[in-house]
Parts: sequence; C-alpha cells; structure tokens
Amino acid sequence: MSDAVLSPNQSNAGYDAAERLFVKKRLISFALPAAILAYFVYVFFAFDLMGLAGRARWDNGATLLSDTWSYKVHVTRDNRSDETSVAIEGERKGAYPQGEAPDWVTLGDSTTFIDLGAGHEVTFLPDNAISVTIPDFGVIDARVDGRTIVSNLPEETPDWISASRTRLQINTEEGRISLTRNRTEVFNYFPGWELFFFTLDSPYYGQSLFDILFGERIDPERHNIAGAWHDFWHNAMWSHMQVAWALFETILMAFLGTFGAAIVSLPLAFLAAKNFAPLQAIRFGLRRVFDLFRGIDGLIWTIILARAFGPGPLTGALAILLTDTGSFGKMFSEALENVDDKQIEGVGSTGARTVHRYRFGVLPQVTPVLLSQVLYYFESNTRSATVIGAITGGGIGLLLTQAMITQKDWEEVTYYIILVVLMVMLMDSVSGWIRRKLIKGE
Amino acid sequence: MAYADHDPRSNYVAMVQRKRLYGGITLSIFVLLLASGFMLADERNAGGFWSGLHRIFDFPIDVWQDTAPKLDQLPGHLVTYFPSLIETINIAATSTLLGAVAAMFLSLLSTRGLARWPHLIPVIRRTMDIMRAIPEIVIALVLIFVLGGGPVPAMIAIAFHTVGALGKLFSEVNENTDLKPVEGLSSVGATWFQKMWFGIVPQVAPNWFSYALLRFEINIRASAILGFVGAGGIGYELKNAMSWGQGKYDEAAAIFILLFGTIVFFDQLSSHFRNGLTHKGGH
Repeated sequence: MSDAVLSPNQSNAGYDAAERLFVKKRLISFALPAAILAYFVYVFFAFDLMGLAGRARWDNGATLLSDTWSYKVHVTRDNRSDETSVAIEGERKGAYPQGEAPDWVTLGDSTTFIDLGAGHEVTFLPDNAISVTIPDFGVIDARVDGRTIVSNLPEETPDWISASRTRLQINTEEGRISLTRNRTEVFNYFPGWELFFFTLDSPYYGQSLFDILFGERIDPERHNIAGAWHDFWHNAMWSHMQVAWALFETILMAFLGTFGAAIVSLPLAFLAAKNFAPLQAIRFGLRRVFDLFRGIDGLIWTIILARAFGPGPLTGALAILLTDTGSFGKMFSEALENVDDKQIEGVGSTGARTVHRYRFGVLPQVTPVLLSQVLYYFESNTRSATVIGAITGGGIGLLLTQAMITQKDWEEVTYYIILVVLMVMLMDSVSGWIRRKLIKGE
Repeated sequence: MAYADHDPRSNYVAMVQRKRLYGGITLSIFVLLLASGFMLADERNAGGFWSGLHRIFDFPIDVWQDTAPKLDQLPGHLVTYFPSLIETINIAATSTLLGAVAAMFLSLLSTRGLARWPHLIPVIRRTMDIMRAIPEIVIALVLIFVLGGGPVPAMIAIAFHTVGALGKLFSEVNENTDLKPVEGLSSVGATWFQKMWFGIVPQVAPNWFSYALLRFEINIRASAILGFVGAGGIGYELKNAMSWGQGKYDEAAAIFILLFGTIVFFDQLSSHFRNGLTHKGGH
C-alpha cells in the first residue's frame, strides 16, 4: 500500500508535471491563433490589400451587375452616311430590319424621335445635331461642327454629363446618350434577357407560347413546334446549340477522364498493393509513377497534351485521366492493402484460380469503397473540366472565358454561370444517387 | 408441400445467371459509353488521338532542348520564380484557413443535435451545396474583372468553394461525435460557443485537420491553375513563360520544376500527417 501514498516529493513532481502540461497547452492555445493572425497580417501586406482598394474597378462591377438582368437597345446614327439603325445590344444579330424600330423610336425622313421614358426625350436632327430634353434640367442642343462638337451646355456641367471638344456623353437614369464626330448613339435599358428564345428575324419572335403550341401556323413552311424549336436551337444571339454541346463536352471530359482513369488504375493498383504485389520493386516503382502522375497535375498535363493533340475535349479528358490515374492508383492500392484475407482464403479453399480469387474474394470487398471514391471524383472533375476547358479550349469553360474576355455580354456570362452551377449540382445528385443505389443496396 | 415444386438449386442458378446478365449488360453499356465517348471526343478535338500520339513527347523534348544549353541559368530562374511560387502557396493557405474557419462554424450550425438554431439547418446545408457547386474559375474570373488580376480574386474564389467542400465533410465528422461532454457542459451553464469549443472541437479536431490538409493540397493545384487564367502566382508566370514561345522554354522548365516539386512535397506531407492522424488508411 505504500506506493499509493505519495511522498511530498513525488506529489510535488506530479503537480509540477501537470502544471507544465497546462502551461504548454495554454501556450499552444494562444500561440496557434497568434501564429495564424500573424500569417494573415503577412498575407495582408503580401497581397497588397491596401493597394487593391485603389485598383478595384467598382464601375466594372456595377456594369456587370446591371447587365446580368438587363439589356440595352442601341439607336445609332452614322454621322457620315446619315443612316439610323436600331439594334439590340448593338449587335448585327440583334438589329431591327432597316426602317423598322420599336415603338419608343419614331423614325422620320430626316429626324428621329426617341422617347426614353419619364420625360427624357432625344431627337436626332438634320446636320448631325441632337436635342435632348431632360426634366428638371432643360434642353441640351448639340451638333457636330466640322471636327468639334458644340453645345449649349455651360462650362460647368453636372457630373453625369461629360462634354469635350470631341465627345459629348450624357448618362441619365433612363438611358445614355453619346455624340461623337462619327456617330450619335442612344442606349436604352430594359430588364430581362432579350431575344433569349428567338431573334428578330424569326417569325416566332414576340409570339406567345400558347400561340406557338396551339395557334395557327405562323410560318406557312413549317410546323409551329418544329419551326420554333429550330429557331430557338439555332438562335444566333444565344447559340443554344453550341452551349448545350459545350455542357455536354464538359461532362464528357469528366466522364472519360474519371472512368478511364479508374479502369487503367485498377490493375495497376493490384501490382502496387503490398499484399498482392508480385515484386516489391514493381510496387515501389509504380508508387513513384503514381506520385509522378499526380504531381504533374492537370495544368501541366493539359499543356503537354495540347501540344500533341491540339485543343479540344480529348486533350482535357486525357489530362484528367492521367492526373487521376495517379490519385486512384494510390487510393485503390491503399484500399486493397486493407482487404480481409479470410474471404480470399475461403474462395481459394474451393480450388479457385488466381483470377477467381481476385474476382470473388477481393473485388466484392473493395468495389463499394472504390466506386464511391470514383463517383466523388467524377463530380469534382465536372468542375475541373470547366477550368481545364478554359485552358485547353473545349466545353463551357471556354465559352465562359471568351464571354468574359469580350467584356460586354454579361447576361451571357450569367447564363453560362447558372448553367455551370446547375450542371455541377446535377452531377452531384446523380453521383450521390448512384452511390446510394450501388453501395447501400437498392 | 408448396416448396416441393421449387428446386432450390435451379432457383439459385437462375438467380445467379440473372444477376450476371444484369451485371454484364450494365458493364457492356458502360464500356460502350466509354468507347463511343472517346471516339466522339477524338472527333471534336482539333487533332486526332492516333495522329498526335507520336508527338506526345514533343513538348517535353522542346522544353529539354531549350533548357539543356542554358542549364547554368536554371538555378537563377528557380530563384526568380520562387516568390510567385510562395504567392501560390499563400493563396492556397489563406483560402484553406479562411474556408476552414467558416466551415467549422457552418458545419456545427448544420449538424443535428449541435445546431444553435435547428430551424436554419436546411438553409445552411443548401447554402453550402451552392458554395460547393460554383467552380472556382467562375468566381475568379468575375472578381478579376472587378478587382483586377492578382492573388486576391483567386483567394476569395478558392475560399468560397472550400467553405462548401469542407463544411460538408466537417458536418459528416460532427455527426459521429459523442454528445456526453456537451451535456456535461450544459449542466454547468456553458454557452453554445463554450459547449462547442470544449465539448465537440477536441473530439473532431484531428479529423477536421486531416480534411483541411487534404483540401490544402487540392487548393495548391487550384491556385496554380487559376493563375493560368490571370489570378496571379506561379500559374500566371507559367502562362507568360509559355507565351515566349519555342526556343525560350527554359523559364517554363524552371516553373514546371517548382510546381511539380511543390505539389509532390505537399502531397507527401499531407498523406504522412493524415496517416498519423486517422491511424488507418488515407481515405
């Protein structure tokens, strides 16, 4: 019983040890947050967050936000040929036929009257002059005089008007007006995504869904539904067919890459698993190959493969395939190392050959684990394929980056983003559904 | 006897055959899909697979030929591009830390039995689903347009995605916790934060850390690839070095070495730590 009673010395030692432990824990609990905080301070300066506020283009953000839910119609007069045209988003694809215009534009012989709404009115007058009526401000008269622009504006103008010798720009809540030597332009903003279903040259433009489905034949040449589908599918402005193909290509890249990698790496994983490897040298070598393939990463693979196969979905698929062969090889061989030997012995005791021992002793044990990993990767590769597509030139990633680089059609960017998110969520639920069905049993 | 008509053996054989048939059909459909998918991808690719196969080493050879005569400059290039490598790692580390902290709170708030406001569980879960679904490149490109190029858009984009990805994994870990410490803490009047911090976090911390480490490794790859579309770091330098074109790939070679070395290093580091943390298996 003597060892149960601590001598004063021993008990002090115990207290000291406990005390030291507490001090250490307390230190860690302060040191860790302090270290993280110090790191954030370092990053704050390394990333130049102070300078960022100055560099940020908030006006770009504002344009982006307003463009996502609205579109603009350009009324343009070419000041040299004196021709006036009306086009949605200023694109040829969205142009009204010559001599036609929406009802807020009145095309005259030599004058054009534009009603921007809320009392804002613009008139294109002969001799490259315009007259702009703005409530609570007055009438602005301006014209091109030789090489310069003259107007009745005072020297001091409000900040929504910018007037110089070569350019007059008026930004109002109802629209924007700009006058240069070459052209007079008015932008009028409307909510929505115009021409999403049909472009102006389609006979189905402006028809209601009910009329298309059940109404009289609109285009005498075609059935309403077939014709409407054709015009929608080949819509030049939104190019739904290309977008659908791009989405499909992205999923295809992820599908081929993931499942191709799974098929390639399964036999290799057997050779790299401790308990199945015929030779330790092979095992070691294969593990290093897996590390290499994983380490090269999708980005570098994409660059290497794009050189051999050119841009496109195959390059993207192969880049995913090679990277994931490295990941799957490692994960599969680890899963194989954890299998239960009893089942293999059981199958072996019936006199089964090696192939059968693997087929009936090993595969049923590992299939659920492997399959669920593969399906997780499939879902995450749908996202990777979007990024790789942006680099290798295929799929929705390419459309997205292209639309962003042109920096004008933000409603298309929004459309693509929505589609990408829906696609990833769809793949998420499909892979989850298959996982539940295959692994947990129907 | 009703059972007399049934021959158990033939029933069993029929069942096995049916199962095999279904399995075979599923497998052949799958193989067919895969084969036709490859054919389609090949068709839509700019260059064909078979015509390009012999050129697969063209690029590595070019890079080697550009680098070999200037091998003495390689260490210099490595030093030149080291700061941008650090930037890439910083992007990954910051976004993983920020994402993990947010995921910690969101996962605790979305686990049944632990949530502070149980009514909000579905809302938080859906939010995390959406955060997970948005690819990093989408947010990065939008932010590059507004904030200009640099590391910050990439950091925000990756952190955003990390919150969703880690939040889901963390809440799966939380579901398996023992609630007794929480009950004990409740009995002494602990606040929600204290209950979580002293009752739950010590139980889940190793698993959380393991997932965060895995995410960090993934995020390094993501930040390198986002750099390629303009978001700073080593990826951006790689894009620039690539655009010098043939004959000047020696700088690209240095970047490849840095990138490869970093990925392998963190890959090994994270798998080493994770094996230690979760005892069994790296998955």
